[in-house]
Amino acid sequence: MATTEAAPALRLREKIDWLQGALMAALLVLLFAFVLYPVARVLWVALADENSRLTLIHFQNFFLRPLFREALWNSLWSGFLVVIFGSFLAVPLAYVIARYDFRGKILLQTLATLPLVVPPFVGAVAFQQILGRSGAVNLLLMRWLDFSIPFMDGLTGVVLVQTLHFFPFIMLNTAVSLSNIDASLEEMAQSMGCHGLRLFRRVTLPLMLPGFIAGSLLTFIRAIDDLGTPLMLNYKNLLAPQAYLRITTIGIDDVDGYVICVVLVFLSLASLLAARKYLGLAEYATVQGGRDTSRRIAGKKLFFVLLFSALALAAALLPHAGIFLLSLSKVWSYSVLPTRITLDNYTEILFRVPHFIKNTLLYAGLAAGFDVILGAAIAFLLLRSRLWGRNLLDALATLPLAVPGVVLAVGYIRVFHGWDFPGVGKPLTSTWFVLVIVYAARRLPYTVRACYAALQQVHVSLEESAQNLGANRLRTFLRVTLPLISGGLVAGGLIAFVTSCVELSSTIMLVPRIEYGPISYGIYIYMQSPLGRAAGAALGVVAIVMVGIGTYLTHRIFGARAGSAFRV
Amino acid sequence: MMNAAQVRLEKIGKKYGELWAARDVDVNIQSGEFYTLLGPSGCGKTTLLRIIAGFLAPDEGTVFLDERAVNDVPPWQRDVGMVFQNYALWPHMTVFENVAFGLRERKVPRSEIAKRVAEALARVGLSATEKRRPSQLSGGQQQRVALARTLVVQPRALLLDEPLSNLDAKLRAEMRIELLKIQRDLGITTVYVTHDQEEALALSTRIAVMDSGKVVQEGSPREIYERPRSRFVAEFVGQSNLFFGTIKQSGGGFVEIQTGEGFTIKAARNEAKTGKITLYIRPEAIELAPVGDASPESNRLIGKVAASAYQGSSVAYEVDVQGRSLRAHVAHPKNLFQRGDVVAVIFDPKDVGCVVEEG
Repeated sequence: MATTEAAPALRLREKIDWLQGALMAALLVLLFAFVLYPVARVLWVALADENSRLTLIHFQNFFLRPLFREALWNSLWSGFLVVIFGSFLAVPLAYVIARYDFRGKILLQTLATLPLVVPPFVGAVAFQQILGRSGAVNLLLMRWLDFSIPFMDGLTGVVLVQTLHFFPFIMLNTAVSLSNIDASLEEMAQSMGCHGLRLFRRVTLPLMLPGFIAGSLLTFIRAIDDLGTPLMLNYKNLLAPQAYLRITTIGIDDVDGYVICVVLVFLSLASLLAARKYLGLAEYATVQGGRDTSRRIAGKKLFFVLLFSALALAAALLPHAGIFLLSLSKVWSYSVLPTRITLDNYTEILFRVPHFIKNTLLYAGLAAGFDVILGAAIAFLLLRSRLWGRNLLDALATLPLAVPGVVLAVGYIRVFHGWDFPGVGKPLTSTWFVLVIVYAARRLPYTVRACYAALQQVHVSLEESAQNLGANRLRTFLRVTLPLISGGLVAGGLIAFVTSCVELSSTIMLVPRIEYGPISYGIYIYMQSPLGRAAGAALGVVAIVMVGIGTYLTHRIFGARAGSAFRV
Repeated sequence: MMNAAQVRLEKIGKKYGELWAARDVDVNIQSGEFYTLLGPSGCGKTTLLRIIAGFLAPDEGTVFLDERAVNDVPPWQRDVGMVFQNYALWPHMTVFENVAFGLRERKVPRSEIAKRVAEALARVGLSATEKRRPSQLSGGQQQRVALARTLVVQPRALLLDEPLSNLDAKLRAEMRIELLKIQRDLGITTVYVTHDQEEALALSTRIAVMDSGKVVQEGSPREIYERPRSRFVAEFVGQSNLFFGTIKQSGGGFVEIQTGEGFTIKAARNEAKTGKITLYIRPEAIELAPVGDASPESNRLIGKVAASAYQGSSVAYEVDVQGRSLRAHVAHPKNLFQRGDVVAVIFDPKDVGCVVEEG
């Protein structure tokens, strides 16, 4: 009797596993085709000789060329400087945010994360207007003191722009580490007579170090991968612009471009793994639902805190003001402020050439939609199934974090160029859809993480009790799981949308025709000519507004955890 | 009136990796019983409950509800109501929506839903909370909503997974009585999982004591407490002073046992054979008296009070008898002894229990 009853039970279980297995297989195929395989092809070109044998000769050539050695050194050095200068801004701000409580703290928090969501290459142009050789500050200096400071020349300009753009990564990670420190750890030290700076040095600093280091590594790698800023500032002797120039000017068969790509991937992967390791270390000091350890400040202390914050933020937000001003100007050249104010630039980008904005909404919207569906499916398999291959799925879905946009774009060109994609009738790289795919691939880790976090909050017993009361799998998902994770899905989608809106590094390589270009491409094109700058700035303002709205909505839905998308 | 199902487990086994969480479990729960699976954490009791609910598929054996094998029936068609340890109330629904969930799944007409939800909430004493969210309720109230949500669909059996473990001591005692009343009123077959022996003794009609995935003893609360069949049960259910020894002589309804410590203990028992034996004496069966008092029929050992804890209705002592410490709970104490006092430890041979030494 028992054996005859056991057979259908087995069938039922196999059927469920089969459905999950099919989903898993489909996801793995997608990720393999659009993430792993393109990257592997790039790797292969750099590691193979003419006879398809493994070789390191190309890397040897790379290190023998002074130009490339210099590019590598410049990239590492500028990344290091960005971290150092960024820390001077970020660590005090992080301490203020985590430990002090005062009116306007929310405003400070919001403004301090703003630089993150605005593409650095937009800010780069504004910096030129304000701090460039013939920018506002130097014009004033020349007029009054008869000398000028080359803020924006060469590597200095790149470091300046990147520092003010990326420092919030350090700030956010440090602040989280700080506020996760269990109050009792510091109270214990205080009760034993340790206080003030000594307390900070002996207890607080070691405990916040993991977050700080993770944030620093993240900043380091973002700075090295950044293609837009050096291109805008016309400083090309860094790894990312070198890879871009080799591939776009010499051709897709130029091995050196691929070697640079592999070096970039290696640096990214190493930094990311190190950052994860450090954040893993941070967990021992954290508490569940940690108590708020911030205290109110007033008087002189408050004054200095606010003064420092205001100065730091003023510097960080300077480019945004500059962009806005530039977008309203008819002419802004060799003068401190624009001489003629006009709305023509907005007419140009909104009515005469509206396709940049329309394309952005279409591409980023589609990419975000795909990412939400894929992210939810991946999170579901990771958390709710016991299938083989979950670790592989997790790794493949996280991999895009470690792949610079340039590299993925090069991989796409290598794989999809020159043959007609089935069902499309022409090569994938000749359609605008390749941009949707590359955005979706690059932002997938964000939505997976958002969905994963949301689903993790849903205790399995919430689903089980629905099944226990008569709801089948589909009904349980629709009535219990979906409503509970919808916040996470929307937030994940918004993050993907917002960051796709301002993606430049892979866009610039993959845009098939100028009329298929999104906003970021439009800005880049406009900025190439002095006459187009103002219109490009207007596009920049539109991008900032779009990103601002998206970020605001994310905050509304995600609440205090909104910053988690920018952490490791 | 509910249709109370009979629940039967036949040769149930469940393996996690290489480890058997439950093995060879045969349990037959009659209609209307309050059946408790009692054991320490990791003994497999929750695994069994989840197998009955259908969330786990057994690797061996068959689950029967009213003599119908249900191994292949998914959880949503089993019609056994489960109350989870963490209550599992849906945070995005109000109390009313939570309780109405199962009725909606069963396509009950709207007007009847309102009526039945109101009844169910009244039964657990929470009539005015329909519009609130679970997060606005106290732990005890959440527990009641979870119970109402399960009972409102009139399941064939009620499965409770340590439902009182998240409540504070006083509330727990209150809810225990309430649960007992509701279960006896409805006559619903109930399977209750707990590690709290006091709870098990107070609520159950029958108890299965579990250890390492097996049922080691099954019986009424009195049988389990008064006639534990193994050392594990004697120690896990209530407290026991255990002795290991050999039977020296028997006759006249008494046996005399020589323990490992060298004590001679008399037990009321018709034991013909000689051999190894394990004895247990419940702390409440032990009397303490000043040295000199004694009735001839009693066992009597001399020891020194090592600790005493006054507990209001009784005093808990730890007495050191030649290096062996014994626990005694003396109710309505006539004398209070202090640490260091030399006392006579007295217990009736009728109160000395024997378990057959295993292995």
